Amino acid sequence: MSPEDPLNLPVDSDVDVRVPRQRGELRAAPWAVLGTIAAGGVLGAEARFGLATLLPHRTGQFPWATFLTNVSGCLLIGALMVLVTEVWAAHPLLRPFLGVGVLGGYTTFSTYTVDIQQLVRAGAARTGLLYLAGTLVAALAAVYTGIVLTRLVTRPHKPRGEDFR
Amino acid sequence: MTVLFVALGAMVGAPLRYLTDRAVQARHESVFPWGTFAVNVSGSFILGLLAGGLSAGAVSVGVWALLGTGLCGALTTYSTFGYETVRLMQERARFYAVLNAGASVAAGLGAAFCGFVVAQAIWG
Repeated sequence: MSPEDPLNLPVDSDVDVRVPRQRGELRAAPWAVLGTIAAGGVLGAEARFGLATLLPHRTGQFPWATFLTNVSGCLLIGALMVLVTEVWAAHPLLRPFLGVGVLGGYTTFSTYTVDIQQLVRAGAARTGLLYLAGTLVAALAAVYTGIVLTRLVTRPHKPRGEDFR
Repeated sequence: MTVLFVALGAMVGAPLRYLTDRAVQARHESVFPWGTFAVNVSGSFILGLLAGGLSAGAVSVGVWALLGTGLCGALTTYSTFGYETVRLMQERARFYAVLNAGASVAAGLGAAFCGFVVAQAIWG
C-alpha cells in the first residue's frame, strides 16, 4: 500500500455512519461510548486550557496557543486514524476516547473564529487574516503529514531480494 | 476552580458533538460533512455571545470557563474539520473539500460576529 493511498480511512473521524461498526457502536454500549468520550474530552480541554495559560496573548496579538493547539491536534488526528484503522487491532473504545474525546476536546473551532472576531474588533484585521489563513493552511498540512508519515513509519518492510524469486 | 469549570463543560461538550454529528450525518446522503459544520457554527455563535457578554460585564469568568472554554471548546473541533477536509481532497471530492473549508470558516466567523452583536444588544 502506498502512503498516499487513502481508501481504507473513514471520512469523519468523530463517527462515520457509513462504517457499519461505527454506526452500531452507540447502540451496543451507549454509556461506555459516551462516558469514554466525556473523559477524553475533559483531558483534551484541560490540555488546551493549560497551553492557553502558559502562552497568554494580549488583545490584538497573534493567538499562538490556539494556533499551536489546533495544528498539533490535526497532526495527531491524522496519525491516530491511520493507527486505529490500518495498523492496530484497536479496542472499539480507542477511537471514541482519543479521536472524539481527547483530540476533539483539545482542538477548537469556536475559539478560532472568536479570536478572529476579537482581532478585527481590536483593529488588528491584518493579524486576524494572517491567523485565519495560517491556521487553515498549517492544520490541513498537519493532517496530511500525520497520515503520510504514520503510514511510512508503520508500513511493513519488503523482504530483500524479492525481485530474484 | 476554573479547572473544574472547564472539566464540567467539556464533559458535556464532547459527547454532545458526537451525538449531534451522528444525528445530522444519519439524515442526509451528501458527502458534505454537515454534522461537524453544524457543531462548529453553533459553537462559534454561542462563544461569540459569551465573548460579548464578557466584554459587557454580564458573563463572569466562571461562566466563561464552564460554557466557553469547556463546553464550546469541546463541542467544536478543528481536528475533525481538518481531517474531513483532507479526506475529501484525497477521495477526489475536491469541490466538497474546498466548499467545506470555505463555508465552515465563513459561517463560523459570521456566527461569532452575530453572537457578539446579539450579546451587545442584550447587555450593551
